[in-house]
Amino acid sequence: MSEQTANTTPGAVAADLPEGWEIVIGLEVHVELNTATKLFCGCPNSFGDEPNTNVCPTCLGLPGSLPVLNDRAVESAMRLGRALNCDVNSSVFSRKNYFYPDQPKDYQVSQYDLPTNTEGHITLADGTRIGIERAHIEEDAGKLNHGGGDGRIHGADYSMADYNRAGVPLVEIVSHPELRSAADARAYVSELRSIVTAVDVSDAKMEEGSMRVDANVSVRPIGSDELRTRCEVKNINSLRSLERAINFEARRHVDLYDNGERPKQETRHWDEEAGRSRSGRSKEDAEDYRYFPEPDLVPLVVTDDDITRLDASLPTMPSARRAQLGEKSGASNDDINLLIERGQDGFALETIDAGADAKRVVVHLINNLSEGHGQLTAASFAAMIRMETGGDLSSTQAKEVLAEMVASGGDPAAIASAKGFEAMDGGELESILDGIIAENPDEWQRFCDGDDKEKKKMQGMFTGQIMKATKGQADGAAVAKLLAQKSAS
Amino acid sequence: MPDMSESESSAAPSGALSRDDVAHVAKLALLDLSDAEIDRFTGQLGAVLESAAKLAALDLGDLAPTHHPFGLTNVTRPDEIVPSLDRDIVLAQAPDIEDNRFKTPPALGEDS
Amino acid sequence: MTESFQTPSATSIAAGVRDGSQSAADVIDAAIGAVEAREGELNAYNLVLADDARTAAAAIDQKIAAGETVGPLAGVPVAIKDNMCTTGVATTCSSKILEGWVPPYSATVVERLAAAGAVMVGKTNLDEFAMGSSTENSAFGPSKNPHDITKVPGGSSGGSAATVGAGAVPVSLGSDTGGSIRQPASLCGVVGVKPTYGMVSRYGLIAFASSLDQIGPFTTTVADAALVLEVIGGHDPRDSTSIPEPMPNLTEALGKGVDGLRIGIISELSGDPSLGSVEGIAPDVAARAAAAAAALEAAGASIEHVSIPSSVHGLPAYYLIAPAEASSNLARYDGVRYGLRSDGPNALAMNAASRTEGFGEEVKRRIMLGTYALTSGYYDAYYGQAQKVRTLMIDEFNAHYQNFDLLLSPTSPTTAFELDAKTADPMTMYVNDVCTIPSNLTGQPAMSVPFGVGDDGMPVGVQVLAPMMGEATMFRAAAVLEEAARV
Ligand SMILES: [Mg+2]
Ligand SMILES: [Zn+2]
Repeated sequence: MSEQTANTTPGAVAADLPEGWEIVIGLEVHVELNTATKLFCGCPNSFGDEPNTNVCPTCLGLPGSLPVLNDRAVESAMRLGRALNCDVNSSVFSRKNYFYPDQPKDYQVSQYDLPTNTEGHITLADGTRIGIERAHIEEDAGKLNHGGGDGRIHGADYSMADYNRAGVPLVEIVSHPELRSAADARAYVSELRSIVTAVDVSDAKMEEGSMRVDANVSVRPIGSDELRTRCEVKNINSLRSLERAINFEARRHVDLYDNGERPKQETRHWDEEAGRSRSGRSKEDAEDYRYFPEPDLVPLVVTDDDITRLDASLPTMPSARRAQLGEKSGASNDDINLLIERGQDGFALETIDAGADAKRVVVHLINNLSEGHGQLTAASFAAMIRMETGGDLSSTQAKEVLAEMVASGGDPAAIASAKGFEAMDGGELESILDGIIAENPDEWQRFCDGDDKEKKKMQGMFTGQIMKATKGQADGAAVAKLLAQKSAS
Repeated sequence: MPDMSESESSAAPSGALSRDDVAHVAKLALLDLSDAEIDRFTGQLGAVLESAAKLAALDLGDLAPTHHPFGLTNVTRPDEIVPSLDRDIVLAQAPDIEDNRFKTPPALGEDS
Repeated sequence: MTESFQTPSATSIAAGVRDGSQSAADVIDAAIGAVEAREGELNAYNLVLADDARTAAAAIDQKIAAGETVGPLAGVPVAIKDNMCTTGVATTCSSKILEGWVPPYSATVVERLAAAGAVMVGKTNLDEFAMGSSTENSAFGPSKNPHDITKVPGGSSGGSAATVGAGAVPVSLGSDTGGSIRQPASLCGVVGVKPTYGMVSRYGLIAFASSLDQIGPFTTTVADAALVLEVIGGHDPRDSTSIPEPMPNLTEALGKGVDGLRIGIISELSGDPSLGSVEGIAPDVAARAAAAAAALEAAGASIEHVSIPSSVHGLPAYYLIAPAEASSNLARYDGVRYGLRSDGPNALAMNAASRTEGFGEEVKRRIMLGTYALTSGYYDAYYGQAQKVRTLMIDEFNAHYQNFDLLLSPTSPTTAFELDAKTADPMTMYVNDVCTIPSNLTGQPAMSVPFGVGDDGMPVGVQVLAPMMGEATMFRAAAVLEEAARV
């Protein structure tokens, strides 16, 4: 795999972007840390509770309240920084001042000119290296709901604030504008997610909002190195939305340029249903956040010893796991990337290490375990695959047993026997085959003597007949083996 | 993403404060000032900034700014849950509530 | 002027209550009576808590009757500046925007006082959000000087200073961001302490300027100030800027005298133009400071004039830093979660209308100033530069503390001035803080000790300044000055 950098490699351009244009994408990814408590107070950091139950003077911004920094949030942010190959620095919290009802203090405590993590990178599955400008710690805002109108913000009669989420610790990871396609952006977010889950600092679920992606999108003629006006697209809730939103936004910019217009710098909201972005707050009236160092918090000083300790605490990173999985499974890059994207690579390796056939592991994970592996353990998964490859289970039976193991755990042999999946012994299978050969002598001859193409065709026909006769209970591998043996004898 | 150039750029203060400056600052500070107030503040703030301009003229070389007089660092707390407030007490102070949430006139801007 | 009641010291009250020679109930009755007798003319309180105080006093008496231990301030009536949170008791900052707000929690200092047996008798008036030097910026009307009700008590902790100055209660708490304890202490003839930044927890103190605010006591005696500071001071894990080191023992220091101490008179604040003093320090005040120096010298200290050029930068630096932090600290008063709400068609308009209606003129002025000092083009020149000036001042003061144990200056440039005398021009009001501001910027402790009267017969305080955590030495000098003022 050759190292490529996104700077020199345009990468795949969106299918509908006209010849001659390229997309320039920078991503801001907010990751909610999985601490027990909020960033600056002891309120629970938990999702989905009754509104305004996890609040205290500090996270409600009551007069006189003060913040005290959560040590685990700092540790998590620094570990993530090292996992992203960042420099982990001594840092200072600042106040970002702006008025909005979801912000209890009407300022956000964030890191500004001295963030914890700076200048890192991650390497995508295809070897593309994407630079990370910074990964800083900040507090989340509360959640607004809108009432009246259609429940959306436009046309709402009123808004309602729930501050349970206010003060939840976030790490905001800002990439350099080095991504050149929606597909690369997707790959970047997948990779980021697998890193975040590997170091176990967040659930990183886009659907639940514990990982939120904003895309800064602009376009430019290929060959140019200018950075044109960008729009920040928010409200992206899935990887699919991310790709669609970027491609839509890029196309919108190209169309504007083609019409002799130019995009204006603004925040836009992705409307997944309509498949388009909509104008949000205009940034023409440049915001002035009046950042200054948060006087209620003191600086964080990081020593070389801290870095050594952090590095020692890191697990194997997904890129290394990818290489390992490729080596052990022989699976295609696409399959490996899919497993990584779904966070199943670790489980795959574990199962292979537990003595299961690598190809079957990958096939089952990709085809039959896309919704996760539930109660299934690597050891029982491996045992099930050994039964399958040993001919004790047909692939159809294997699928059924697997579903049961995912749902309620348990031992594959016990499940198979409870379902009456007795292994068909070799003799039984052979007598069924003999019967079929007797009914199809010409076809059998063509199978034994035909060229490769003919052989393959007839193999399919005989396999199908056997499966029909056994109602799908026969094991495919065992059938293939039997056909090969019998035709050669 | 913060625009890192924002506070790093340094304009030499002229000391003179215009009415427009004051109107702009009032907008940032979310205060609805009358014309008379803007006039009055323009004069009063201008006088304070005049003395500040003398400070700005000092050559302080590479002195670091002091943000914390005592110089503490690395003050943190353990990640342990402390009981939250009773919601009834919290909401009792609210000017308006609905659905156990703080109700406000419609918040324009970002759908969050 | 009625001088019918003069409270005994906290030290003697607590001793009497603990040994059973008087009941807390009687002490509190007397205090409430004295408070109420003067309240009509002084307007020192936003809220008098007569019933709560009597209940608390009865509880202390019961404890004593039951043989339980009570704290070092048992039965001592205290008044709390109305910018410190008190559970279930309205806390307003003397602002319309917080009128009627009832905090669900108490400031650490309030908890510590209660745990020590002190009894809160009321919440005292202040300049709105502690912004001012006369307590004329209160939304609930000005407080008056107990020694002459045509004059201001100083500010911003004017109510706290006035009630102790009136002899109604022996102890009150104030907060000091640019002199808001020391200056009113000087004007009301009481002891006022601004401790080392970080010695007293700010948890529950409604912020004006976070990097400058400190809580401290007003008392009638230096010994009481030491006792109260020992109760309220010390590490608090709820305040990240709280100093983790143990509290110095102040009570023990009191009798040690000043023999052998080296004390410097700050030339720039001496009132003597030939020494390069700033203008505006009244000759009668300067004369009292000189007399204080002489008294310390007579008690064995060596006295020298010392020039600290950066001290004159304090005022302009302060009037950038404090408003900048305030502009952010006061952003939360937006009409959403608590406090005043005005009408507006959308959230932002409602926020603006609430702030516009709820904040008084001085608060708006400082929010405007601070917002401006932080705007993108001006941050470095204003806020950034002012924070560098702090470093310059710290370096200079620390250099002098190599040669001096303590420094000395007047506390306020003048004695108490007439009500309304300085309200028209903010700059003339701001100059009141010229002597007190340096200690807030450096974080170092300073206190005001009454030292006689000026030409108008009104009290004059002198300021003792000390290096970081130098309170023990500072109290030694204060005790000597107190003794000298008595004769
Ligand atoms: Mg952010
Ligand atoms: Zn909280």
